[in-house]
Formats: sequence, structure tokens, C-alpha cells
Amino acid sequence: MAKPKLALYWAASCGGCEVTVLDIEEKILDVAAFFDIVFWPCATDFKYKDVEAMPDKSITLCLFNGSIRNSENEKLARLLRAKSVVLVAFGSCAHEGCIPALANLTTKEAIFKTVYLETPSTVNPEKIFPQPTTKVKEGELEIPVFYEKVKSLDQVVDVDYYIPGCPPQSFQVVAVIEAVIDILKNGKPLPPKGTILGAGDKTCCDECPRIRKEKKIKKFVRPHEIIIDPDECLLDQGILCMGPATRSGCGALCVKANVPCRGCYGAPPNVQDQGIKMLSALSSVIDSQDPEEIDKIIGTIADPTGTFYRFSMAHSLLKSADL
Amino acid sequence: MKETITKHISIDPITRLEGHGKIDIFLNDNGDVENCYLMIPELRGFEQFCVGRPVEEMPRITTRLCGVCPEAHHMASAKACDAVFHVEPPSAGRKLRELLYNVFFAGDHALHFYALGGPDFVVGPEAPPAERNILGVIGKVGLEIGKKVIQHRAHYSAIMEILGGKKIHQVTSIPGGVSKGITEEERKKIEGYVVEMVEFGKFSLKIFEDIVIKNKAYVDLIMSDAYSLKIYSMGLVDDKNRVNFYDGKVRVVDCNGKEFVKYSPKEYLDNVAEHVEPWSYLKFPFLKKIGWKGFVEGNEGSIYWATPLSRLNAADGMATPLAQAEYERMFKTLGGKPVHATLATHWARLIELLYASERALELVRDPEITSQDYRTIPTETPTEGVGIVEAPRGTLTHHYVTDERGILTKVNLIVGTTNNNAPIAMSVKKAAMGLIKKGVQVSDGILNKIEMAFRAYDPCFGCATHTLPGQMPLIVRIHNKDGEIIQELKR
Repeated sequence: MAKPKLALYWAASCGGCEVTVLDIEEKILDVAAFFDIVFWPCATDFKYKDVEAMPDKSITLCLFNGSIRNSENEKLARLLRAKSVVLVAFGSCAHEGCIPALANLTTKEAIFKTVYLETPSTVNPEKIFPQPTTKVKEGELEIPVFYEKVKSLDQVVDVDYYIPGCPPQSFQVVAVIEAVIDILKNGKPLPPKGTILGAGDKTCCDECPRIRKEKKIKKFVRPHEIIIDPDECLLDQGILCMGPATRSGCGALCVKANVPCRGCYGAPPNVQDQGIKMLSALSSVIDSQDPEEIDKIIGTIADPTGTFYRFSMAHSLLKSADL
Repeated sequence: MKETITKHISIDPITRLEGHGKIDIFLNDNGDVENCYLMIPELRGFEQFCVGRPVEEMPRITTRLCGVCPEAHHMASAKACDAVFHVEPPSAGRKLRELLYNVFFAGDHALHFYALGGPDFVVGPEAPPAERNILGVIGKVGLEIGKKVIQHRAHYSAIMEILGGKKIHQVTSIPGGVSKGITEEERKKIEGYVVEMVEFGKFSLKIFEDIVIKNKAYVDLIMSDAYSLKIYSMGLVDDKNRVNFYDGKVRVVDCNGKEFVKYSPKEYLDNVAEHVEPWSYLKFPFLKKIGWKGFVEGNEGSIYWATPLSRLNAADGMATPLAQAEYERMFKTLGGKPVHATLATHWARLIELLYASERALELVRDPEITSQDYRTIPTETPTEGVGIVEAPRGTLTHHYVTDERGILTKVNLIVGTTNNNAPIAMSVKKAAMGLIKKGVQVSDGILNKIEMAFRAYDPCFGCATHTLPGQMPLIVRIHNKDGEIIQELKR
């Protein structure tokens, strides 16, 4: 029997998702033994052209990391969708935009202006901006088109499953791979389409070892402003922690390192918008019934938008109409 | 008048570099290389979308510039935050950061040597592509050493988890210090791993000595003109002009090894500027005092490199004994300082690996390292600050300006590999000019030799493109003037 075919690809990403796959260490050998790895840019030398030549639906499983930032990313997303039976959005960027999607709070024009004109080290008297095609004296040069907004994978193509996290923790990657092997080997049914794999079904708070009390927040403080108690709930200490609005699965790593959760595992089950979830979670911990005072307390949060949607801006309901 | 027929070679390492970089080489009718372009198709725009964010979040946001070297951004960012808040971490906080940072260097440099650059030498530049990878290296040096390489990586990850909170995208460095200290038990565990890292550094240099330095053909290759680039060298140095990765001043020496400038982080804008070309999303840094002169070598040009080799060129020595001895040996073997042989970067990288391990051992054995006094609470109004560290791939600068609440109003970043944008293009052009000649079939071996010029820099474009295990796959197409493919080579 032919081995099931596996593809891994990175679009606009930092490379951390690739490293997390390598960090599964000796388990990578099980992957290599069970699957025929047909496309993995960082580890094998199969080419884009080879993928184009494959029949549609000939790749059993494709783990796609990175968001869609430019035309090249989209091209590959469409190609791999066509060639794959199961397409998984792997990691926060593919899942819901991650940190690069904070760019959706600004515009392409502003980004170009800042990067190529206004940053203080830039010397660009002729106001040159990168162009998709440039004629040089020897010929023509091409680079991809930079998009107006960052999109998650499912905003470009149909996605079957999601593995959240920035990056997904290696032990979770191992668990997913073992489950997939079990399904393929023993003919077990696939989970329902859209299932979040490699994560828990509670919130980060459920994995957090800190002691919670009756929360009564009068004012928010920022992590650098106080000596953080290592055992007490961070929200109880007035530090904005995304734990209540974040899916479990990482093992509460950041809070164990004495810094607040920033939400990289995305919204918890049955929540569409992580930021709205956080806002509703906060309303229950603020020590006031007076709407004016509540507003004032919320006003002590530095950058609520960039914090509540630190990792999920592409999926946010706040997204601009032109997305 | 004779018409010039330009042939077009596109080195399109699709799988790794199509998304993240591409080299186009143009030939003239003599079959010589007319010009060469290195194009980076990636842009994220952190400088713009970080505006409006609270500055203390930057050490956790900028890690996402690169999942391979998040530690470098984490650290440059934390130092820029210290400067913004006008705060100094307590001694133990500073040492915990520097410990994390040196362990990171030891881990990252090993990854490059065994998985990326090393295979070209250990297995051989003209060995079959299927063997030019980490498995080929293990085949050559033995399974025992292969196991040590994997173990080294695992130890590095374990230490990152203790000191950084996460293996990838660390979270513990905050303005004024770190968020947590270490217990004596954790210290002992780290010490055990670091002791092995020093041994790992030593035997990696031994492998390089036995396989590369003792082989005259390799030494000739390293010293050949096709792989030489005479430009300025940049690197961070301590107060005795010794290499330091975490802190110090940036020193630049010219092509003769003479100090051109030494500047502190806040003076970077007087010294470095960036040029824009329409055919790449990545800017080209140059020495501001000289001005942009184009892609030219020599003291008249303004191009510098920021690599392991340039750091050793820019410094007067190493701060640890074993690394110092290796430093002296390298320059003696290669004919004195500065060295312009691009491929010697691999040797310099291993010397840095040994230094990083030795320095980490000093730090983990420092009685202060388990102190609970690891944070200073900022009390002054935040304003503006610059943080500079050496990333494995070059000097890394983060520059932040905030309002009085510490909300960012301006961000500027000059990332490790960005420094080397022009040098890489120049090195590739030079190697291509030396190797591609009329009538010579462009073989896989030739391609790999061109690629070696590139790989020496361990490039990490957009701080995202980073070649992990395996090689950079290539397609080279040679077109005639009508665009017909007359030769295609794949590997």
C-alpha cells in the first residue's frame, strides 16, 4: 500500500512553526516512516513545480503555517488546497493572523511610507517604493504583490482543521500526529470539519496554577510597573491577563514564567471573537456597578485593541469593511 | 554595433526562497556575468503596526519577527525598553539575560554548522545533493557525534524553557530586568548542560580542523578570490574591544583592520543608514558617514558586513580563554587580520560557539545568578531608547520612541541579516563571475558553490527566511534573449 502523503508549507510566518515541528525530536522519525513527505520546503528539496504536477487531492494531509500577506502566499494556499484531501491551518498565523495581523489596524500605504520613507535610518530622496515588477537595464525583475490586509488561511481557501498556538507546543503536535496516524491506520472516522486540534476545550485559566480570589479590580497596572506575585492570579493583581478569553492547550506557560497570557491559543470553545470575550470577562471582575466608573477602570488598560486581539486580529469582528 | 544578448539565470530556490528570496543572474553575450540581483519578496511592517502598542509588550511582540532567532529580538527589545524607561536591570537580572543569550548563540550556531553550512565542507561541496545535509554529516562524522548534535539542541531547548519561559518566543525579559529568577536546582541543571556545551564547542572545532583545515583543497577554496569580499567589518565589543553578544559598543573596522568608528547604541543613526531599491522589499544598510556608493568593495565603498567573521575582525580578541586561543589560531592560519574570505565565516561561527558556551558557564557558576534581586521597577517617564545586541546573523538594532505613557509613537528596526543584504548580493555575484563562464556547463557542483557564498552568511531574510535542516533547493534556468529555456538544472 502506498504511504499517505504529507506536505508542510510556510506562508507569511516567522519560522517558529517549522522549529516546533523539528522540536518533536525523535517523533519526526515516526512521521517520516509513516508518511511520504512530498513537500516540506525547509527540510526536503521538492519544488513548487512538483506540487503543481501532482493530481488534485493527492496529498493526504497538508499542515499549512503562516498567514496570507502577499500574492505568493495566496498562490501557494490555493495550490495546496487543490492538491490536499485535508488542509490544516497550523499555528496562530494561519489560524487567525497572529501578530503580523496587527497590521490590519493600519494600511499598506502607511506601512510603505513608514518603512521606506519615514524610519529615521532610511535615506530615500527619490521616494522609491518596491514594485511588483521593475525594469532594470539587463531585464525585468519580479517580486510578489503586498496585500492591503493580512488574512488567515480560511479567509482565502476552505480549511478542514486548525491547530492553534504561537507556536503550537511540540507535545500537542505529537498528539495530533499520533491521532492522525491512528485514524489512517485503523480506518477511524475523521473529526468533524472545523475542529480545533492540538488544544484543550477549556480556558488558559483552567491550566493556570495561580490562586484565584474574588476579583475586585479598581485599576489596571502594567507588567513592568509592579513586582508580580508568583502565586496569585494576575488579574487579581490588576494585570491584564488574556487567560479567561484564551483556549487551553499550552500548559499556561507564560503565566508560569510570571508574565500574563497574551492569547496565542485563540478564543476558547464556542466563542467567535476573542476580544469581545475578554471584554465580557472583565466586566465580571471590575469592582464597580457605576457605568462611568467602569469606563474609567477600563480606560486604565493600555491598548485594549492591540491586547485583546494580539493574535486574532484577522478573525476579529472589528475588521475593517474592506477586508 | 554588436547587440548584447543578455541571458538570464534565475536562481530560484523555490521551496525555501521563492517565498523569501530569489537571485537573478544576467549574462552577456560573452557568457560573463553582467549583473546579479538578490530580491527579498517579504515585508511585515512591524515598524508601522507596533505604533500604538505599549512599549513593554515589544519584547513579546518582536519575537515574532523570527521563530528561529526570537531570543535576539527579545533581548534587543528588552534593552531598548530599559533605555526608554531610563532603567538598569540589577546585576542578577542582567546576568540572567546574558546567560540565556549565550546559550541561544551556542544552540543557534550549532544548528547552522551541522545542518546548514557544515555539510558543504564536512560532506564536500561537490558531493551528491542527497548527502549534503545533516544526515550526510552524521554519516561522515559518526552516529555518536550525531547523537551529541541532537542532544545539544535538546539541552538548548530545555534551558530556554527554564530561562525564557517558552522554547520558542521567550517572554521573561521585561523593562528593568527579568520576570523570574532561577532556583539552585534549576541552576545545577543548566550548569550540567552548559558543561557539555563547552565540550561540544571544542569537538566541533576539532571536526573543522580535521576535515577542513587539514585539507589543502578546502583551504584553497576558502582563500580563493571568488569567495573574497573586501568590505568594512562590524561587531559589538566590550570595553576592552573583545567580542560581546549582549552589550557594548558597535565597532567598525575598515578593509585594513583599522578602526573606522566605534559608537554606542544611541548614536546608531549617525553611523548607519538604509538604501531602498524598487526590486526588493528589504533595504540595504550602509555606513552613513561615507554615503551610499552602490554595491562596491573597498574602503571607498560604504558596504559593511555583520557576521561571525566580521565580529572577529572588528574585535581585538575573545573574552574567554579557549575561544581566544582559537581566535589567534584562525587569524594566524588565514594570514592575519582582517580576513575577507567569506567561507571563513564558518570557522568564526564555531569560535563564537565556543565563546558563548564558555561565557554561559562563567555566568551559570556566578554565585549571584540565583539572586532574587533581578528586577528594577522603572520610575522615570518613558521617552526614547535604542537597544543593540549581536544576533547570530548580525548586529541587531531596535529603536523606540514613546509618549509619556510609554505608548509607542515610532519604531525602527535594523535586523541582523538586513545588514548583510548588499554583501550577500555581492558575494553571490563574485562567486557567479568566478564560476560561470562561456562554454562551461552549469553543473550542480557549480550551483552549490555559488550557493555556498550565500549560505556562509546563514541568511535569515525578513528575519523569517531561514534554512533549516537540509539544503536550499535550486532551480537554475538559463534563458536566451527570447526567453526560451536553453538549459535547466534542478536539484
